[in-house]
Amino acid sequence: MLDETDRKIIQATQAGLPLTPQPYQAIAEQLGLPADDVMMRLSAMQNSGIIRRIGAVPNHYKLGYRFNGMTVWNVPDEFIDDLGQKVGQFEFVSHCYHRPRHPPEWPYNLFAMVHGKSQEAVDKQIQLISDLLGNYNLGCDVLYSTKILKKTGFRTSA
Amino acid sequence: MNKIDKHIINALQDGFPICDAPYRQVAAQLGLTEQDLITRLQALLDNGTLTRFGPLYNAEQMGGALTLAAVKAPKERYDEITEIINAFTEVAHNYARSHELNMWFVIATETPEQIQQTISAIERQTGLTVYNMPKNKEYFINLKLEA
Repeated sequence: MLDETDRKIIQATQAGLPLTPQPYQAIAEQLGLPADDVMMRLSAMQNSGIIRRIGAVPNHYKLGYRFNGMTVWNVPDEFIDDLGQKVGQFEFVSHCYHRPRHPPEWPYNLFAMVHGKSQEAVDKQIQLISDLLGNYNLGCDVLYSTKILKKTGFRTSA
Repeated sequence: MNKIDKHIINALQDGFPICDAPYRQVAAQLGLTEQDLITRLQALLDNGTLTRFGPLYNAEQMGGALTLAAVKAPKERYDEITEIINAFTEVAHNYARSHELNMWFVIATETPEQIQQTISAIERQTGLTVYNMPKNKEYFINLKLEA
């Protein structure tokens, strides 16, 4: 469980790590904590999955991935867990989720994000997913992101 | 962005050490000086190649809640709707997408109840129906993208 000190550390780091030679020391000083304590707590949060990882988040577009498709599929509910696991194993799929349908206008329940530097690359990826789903594919669509309207990451005021 | 920057981006998507002088450690692995790594990282953040650098928190593990939601924003109101939705601090990401449901955003809150409150507030302020699509299950998440 997170305590008050953990939450302070989360708050101090959610916008990013300081770009100074001793970033954890800098956070510790800001919060009036020992640097060892800050590092131990961050390690513990990483081990427990509260921190997915510490690292860089690139802007897809700036890396040349201009074709970012949210592929959505209508697959039978009784097979979705098995199919979702398999689709998630493609190296070009960054996220794969089961989400609720909103029939009749939104019949899709399996979401897989794909990323490519060309339309052809993405078309090929979609074909591979389609081939894998085979007869379980009851309908699909691909929604391309045309613009990032906001990307701040998650903020908490806790 | 040159070859060195690409190395940095690829390496720093794999993780970052928790130690006294982590930039020095990573810089040594990349054959850079600590100051060079820090300067390049700052430039990559400033020019938008990197959107963030630091711990990526899992909102749900923190007791919070997360959902994906979408609206059908009429073309003539698109900018206005974008402004309204982006103004919510609970909206972490927002993307324009090619579909009748043309605006897709992630809502992250500290409690599950706040998700519904945020959705209701967005519906009230925009006059649009919000399609709520919380995940039933996560099969895979890979946060790395080759530079």
